[in-house]
Amino acid sequence: MLLELDDQATAVAQARAAGRRRAVTVNAVRVLLVVAVLGSWELAATYWIDPFYYSKPSAIWHRLTDWFTTGTSQGSIWTQIAYTLEEALIGFVLGSAGGVVLGIVLGRSRFLSDVCAPFIKAANAIPRIILASLFVIWFGLGMSSKVATAFVLVFFAVFFNAFQGAREVDRNLVNNARILGASRTAVLRTIVVPSATSWILASLHSAFGFAIIGAIVGEYSGADKGLGLLINHAQGTFDSAGIYAGMIVITVIALLAEWLLTLLERRLLRWRPPVAGNEARI
Amino acid sequence: MPTQAEPDGPAIELRDATKRFRSSSGGVHTAVRNLDLTVRAGEFVAVVGPTGCGKSTTLSLVSGLEPPSAGEVLVHGRPVEGIPAGVGYMFQNDAVLPWRTVLDNVAAGPRYRGAAKRQAREQARDWVRRVGLGDFESYYPHQLSGGMRKRVALAQTLVNEPSILLMDEPFSALDVQTRGLMQDELLRLWAGDDPLGEGGGAAVVFVTHDLEEAVVLGDRVVVMTASPATVKAVFDVPLERPRDAEEIRLTPEFLEIYREVWESLREEVQIARERGAGNAA
Ligand SMILES: Nc1ncnc2c1ncn2[C@@H]1O[C@H](COP(=O)(O)OP(=O)(O)OP(=O)(O)O)[C@@H](O)[C@H]1O
Ligand SMILES: [Mg+2]
Repeated sequence: MLLELDDQATAVAQARAAGRRRAVTVNAVRVLLVVAVLGSWELAATYWIDPFYYSKPSAIWHRLTDWFTTGTSQGSIWTQIAYTLEEALIGFVLGSAGGVVLGIVLGRSRFLSDVCAPFIKAANAIPRIILASLFVIWFGLGMSSKVATAFVLVFFAVFFNAFQGAREVDRNLVNNARILGASRTAVLRTIVVPSATSWILASLHSAFGFAIIGAIVGEYSGADKGLGLLINHAQGTFDSAGIYAGMIVITVIALLAEWLLTLLERRLLRWRPPVAGNEARI
Repeated sequence: MPTQAEPDGPAIELRDATKRFRSSSGGVHTAVRNLDLTVRAGEFVAVVGPTGCGKSTTLSLVSGLEPPSAGEVLVHGRPVEGIPAGVGYMFQNDAVLPWRTVLDNVAAGPRYRGAAKRQAREQARDWVRRVGLGDFESYYPHQLSGGMRKRVALAQTLVNEPSILLMDEPFSALDVQTRGLMQDELLRLWAGDDPLGEGGGAAVVFVTHDLEEAVVLGDRVVVMTASPATVKAVFDVPLERPRDAEEIRLTPEFLEIYREVWESLREEVQIARERGAGNAA
């Protein structure tokens, strides 16, 4: 008996140790890959290819440190980040709020969704890049034109998910709530919104990325501040390292936002059974 | 529940009720045809019938979730429009909210009916305990077994103290032992010192596939015809109450009434089965 327990404990410890070893190996290989890619890029750019076009890791690193220590051609890097982030955030909040509200309303009303369907499809088919230019004409070079671009991108991403989520609410749950005494608004609040939440949260992940894209594309079309302007300027001066550096800054911001959204999602979806093979998820 | 038109009148009355659905092929499917049924206040009526005949549809007519296509449905003497006051309905597929804990699931009814959060939870806690889930208050439905979820649904329905209780195969997913326990529990709650409903026991319509269960529980057993459903025969169950769900199955009286109802039901099951085979062929 005691021996058995002992065996079990050893087995668990062994399994744990094996898991740790595996994690170390995986991480080591990842680091090696990054080093190999960056190293060969650096070598190639030093000896064979023209770093003027392709840049090289050391130059990009240099540009990044330069930005963060002495500032960019457009002023402090933090001002640019804050500006772009503000545009993206406002667009994200307004766009997702609008998408959620309209998605749920149309998802629950057959009549309204029938009426609006062709308009929404048409609006969704408009290339958004063109809208960005239009918004510059409408709203000027300031922040509002970028917010508008981010809004449009976010809105459609969230809208379709919220719509689908509201439409797929289990009828059984709605009927049960009605029998238990729920009013229409109570059904909406306690059944429809929670049911649609996992759909909506799924769309928010990509929506924040869209908000940043919207802000940057907006800045591209004309701006006096922001990361998009920085990249545009780098392009104008054939500064490929600057483009890469801008890309890296944006990627880091997007990853941070993704991480925050994952935390929010975990908090809101605590009730869900854990996904099988969670560790294997990317 | 609060105001009954005629205190002694029937709790539920279906008069010549018919329900048609648009079928998937575009035609019309009659689920319930010319159904007459009366359930007195405090009466326990068990309904049996072949699968797909229209039992659940009948309950949805009484609950007000579906309007009849023809005929009349009265609850407490009044035509059903919307969901009548005092109706509790345990669905065939349990409808507990996956994002709420056991306690908050059971508290949903009182909350919807305007109780304060504290009070709703207190009421809920009492019922959670009564269905034997006291230790699982803060569990989420996915952490419960199928039988436990059914008990959550039962508590969720009973916490509103319905005067009309519609139950659609509530125990069919349970194992035999748990089912026996739940049947006893239901009878106790229905007829106990603190009975459900206003002024005495609730009127119960209990749909089941299990004839044994129907006879154990019911004052009357209604046999439905194969689709479209209508009442084929009604049998009184002259077994004494209080009944012990486990013991009563072994008595000769039970077997006698069981056999009688089965004779009637068997024909309908046969018809439904042949039709099913015909469709498959
Ligand atoms: N909303 C609906 N739309 C179309 N047809 C329906 C609908 N609800 C039920 N039906 C049809 O009505 C018939 C009766 O269904 P119902 O669910 O009442 O059967 P049931 O007696 O409860 O069956 P079971 O014992 O298997 O639960 C079925 O043929 C079903 O296809
Ligand atoms: Mg049914």
